[in-house]
Amino acid sequence: MNFRIVFSNSVKNNHDSVEDELEMATVRHRPEALELLEAQSKFTKKELQILYRGFKNECPSGVVNEETFKEIYSQFFPQGDSTTYAHFLFNAFDTDHNGAVSFEDFIKGLSILLRGTVQEKLNWAFNLYDINKDGYITKEEMLDIMKAIYDMMGKCTYPVLKEDAPRQHVETFFQKMDKNKDGVVTIDEFIESCQKDENIMRSMQLFENVI
Amino acid sequence: MAAGVAAWLPFARAAAIGWMPVANCPMPLAPADKNKRQDELIVLNVSGRRFQTWRTTLERYPDTLLGSTEKEFFFNEDTKEYFFDRDPEVFRCVLNFYRTGKLHYPRYECISAYDDELAFYGILPEIIGDCCYEEYKDRKRENAERLMDDNDSENNQESMPSLSFRQTMWRAFENPHTSTLALVFYYVTGFFIAVSVITNVVETVPCGTVPGSKELPCGERYSVAFFCLDTACVMIFTVEYLLRLFAAPSRYRFIRSVMSIIDVVAIMPYYIGLVMTNNEDVSGAFVTLRVFRVFRIFNFSRHSQGLRILGYTLKSCASELGFLLFSLTMAIIIFATVMFYAEKGSSASKFTSIPASFWYTIVTMTTLGYGDMVPKTIAGKIFGSICSLSGVLVIALPVPVIVSNFSRIYHQNQRADKRRAQKKARLARIRVAKTGSSNAYLHSKRNGLLNEALELTGTPEEEHMGKTTSLIESQHHHLLHCLEKTTGLSYLVDDPLLSVRTSTIKNHEFIDEQMFEQNCMESSMQNYPSTRSPSLSSHPGLTTTCCSRRSKKTTHLPNSNLPATRLRSMQELSTIHIQGSEQPSLTTSRSSLNLKADDGLRPNCKTSQITTAIISIPTPPALTPEGESRPPPASPGPNTNIPSIASNVVKVSAL
Repeated sequence: MNFRIVFSNSVKNNHDSVEDELEMATVRHRPEALELLEAQSKFTKKELQILYRGFKNECPSGVVNEETFKEIYSQFFPQGDSTTYAHFLFNAFDTDHNGAVSFEDFIKGLSILLRGTVQEKLNWAFNLYDINKDGYITKEEMLDIMKAIYDMMGKCTYPVLKEDAPRQHVETFFQKMDKNKDGVVTIDEFIESCQKDENIMRSMQLFENVI
Repeated sequence: MAAGVAAWLPFARAAAIGWMPVANCPMPLAPADKNKRQDELIVLNVSGRRFQTWRTTLERYPDTLLGSTEKEFFFNEDTKEYFFDRDPEVFRCVLNFYRTGKLHYPRYECISAYDDELAFYGILPEIIGDCCYEEYKDRKRENAERLMDDNDSENNQESMPSLSFRQTMWRAFENPHTSTLALVFYYVTGFFIAVSVITNVVETVPCGTVPGSKELPCGERYSVAFFCLDTACVMIFTVEYLLRLFAAPSRYRFIRSVMSIIDVVAIMPYYIGLVMTNNEDVSGAFVTLRVFRVFRIFNFSRHSQGLRILGYTLKSCASELGFLLFSLTMAIIIFATVMFYAEKGSSASKFTSIPASFWYTIVTMTTLGYGDMVPKTIAGKIFGSICSLSGVLVIALPVPVIVSNFSRIYHQNQRADKRRAQKKARLARIRVAKTGSSNAYLHSKRNGLLNEALELTGTPEEEHMGKTTSLIESQHHHLLHCLEKTTGLSYLVDDPLLSVRTSTIKNHEFIDEQMFEQNCMESSMQNYPSTRSPSLSSHPGLTTTCCSRRSKKTTHLPNSNLPATRLRSMQELSTIHIQGSEQPSLTTSRSSLNLKADDGLRPNCKTSQITTAIISIPTPPALTPEGESRPPPASPGPNTNIPSIASNVVKVSAL
């Protein structure tokens, strides 16, 4: 990875000041060579080109920080509040946890989601739900995720969102997934239960042809 | 959805996989991407400059020209590119809009050119980015003001015959340049205002002593003279006021306007004085009223544009003035208080009270420094100096704002005047250019006719005077000729040489306004028999052609100036003219014209049906211009107007 940083690159989160943006703007990131990326991911050259052009257009500096990420994501869900979910999503993409999603991270994530095996996809989903990345999904984590997803819908829904709907949903989820009823879901339980569920398996194939 | 974000849609869809395990029910099917077109480059050729972009970039905004199928109309099959015959500079901004989602307005671009381009490409100007929107709006406002200005002045200059008397009077009052009478009125009132003001001033000058009494002011010494002057002025002002009141479109608004109030206030004292008796108490109050006579000087603002601008500036800077006043008041109160308490100790101090100190403060802050009140204590002097220093600051601050406002408005006005002045010159130049083009037509016609005449008279081949005309020109001329044929009228060929030798012109001619007037004036003076001689040709061609035309109007004879028959026709014409003077000449019946063989020679048309035969037929019925008034020919075409039937002439303007 080539990081060319002109000024100090301390990326302060949750701090929007002009200087902060300037700092971010001076971090320049150039992705790996196209051939390398092609080898690492499951995309063709042309697809990578298209993806990069869109990526670079939105983020000329070459990296996406969380604010931009949230902004972009909220464009797709104007009615609700998608910041929480975007936050989780960001953490899922930002595999090296440096606070910025570079093009490689982006491609890695997309490669799994769009071209990966079902196993890989389920792995990725588990990683998303496991907020603290300890290998277990607890009820609290799941509740956070669920609330975030429901938040994206917004207030104007039909039928009207009930207060405990997320919790109910979490219960259903755990009933399905938690085999040994120990209150947490491990990766194996997760994958096993999902493979048994036809709906889930089918929906995993849904976004094959997105690019 | 912003343009660039559309590129992230694949990502958002991919991220949706995160919901799948949580969902309880099956997901809907994804929409199939039917035309899985690979993203391709398309070439946009704008006046030779090639721009290239991805097709998907353009498709971000499907409701514009470039984003929709409308651009297919501009597709050039041979070069496989889209060709637009438009400005490449502005196109740069337009394309950047597609790329970045932000529309910018370049400052060097003319606002109307930019607007036109945006309209062409189907982009609303409202989406101009914040960085450039203010500039755009400012320029647009300026442009609109200028257009309004131009329209107003145009309207003022157009003659609107449908104006009522009252409206004409109001226009004359508001804009003295519309007619001579208005101008006279304007100057007369101006003069009387000046007279009135001067008498008011001179009245009070001490005028030398009458032996045996003290020195009197002029007003009392020559009271009768001054009274007469005053009466005269007041009468003029009253008349003017009443006339304005009568002519005003909205009388209620007029009464409420500032100028009319000033008028009333200025002339009331006189009338009150007339009514008043010589009561001592009342006359004291009356004398005070005479002060208001000085307001007549404000009437000068109608005569001076600079004064009006000043007034308007003050009005528009009301807030700055208010601030100035307020800050001054604050400072005065503060310093007056301080000075009072500082000087309280010193004996025989003039600073008897705070209000008394106000005078000192004002005099000091405005740096007048009369010196009638001076501080004596040290503290007083210190505060006094602080007072004078701060005075300069407080006054100097709002003044530049007012000055810049005045300057802006003044220059705006100057520009408006300059534009109006330039407009006349510009229009004159444009008119010259236009007559040039009509002259081209006449020129070609002349050449065509010359060729005909050369054939007729069988003279040896002379120089072919015709220059080769371009295809467009010849088509245009053909068009004009068709118009002539349609209406039965024709354009005048005003070449003296030609009029003697050739030309088969029909009765009614299109000629230049000025030329026609000049000709008519001359021709009406002419003695026809004298022109019968061959000196005809020596006469300036214009007049002869004109008068022959004119008399032709009364005789309905097509005029073929072939030398042989000309004299004869002139004889006939002259006799006829003596007989039937000033008949409505417009009433050439087109039908009779058309009865005669189509004697219009088309240029380049080689028919030899010259109307010799026709000339020799003195058609008696046609000779006497029937007293019946036939309706004038129906409007022959967009380029002619046939006004002034009263003068019995067809007064038309050139093409």
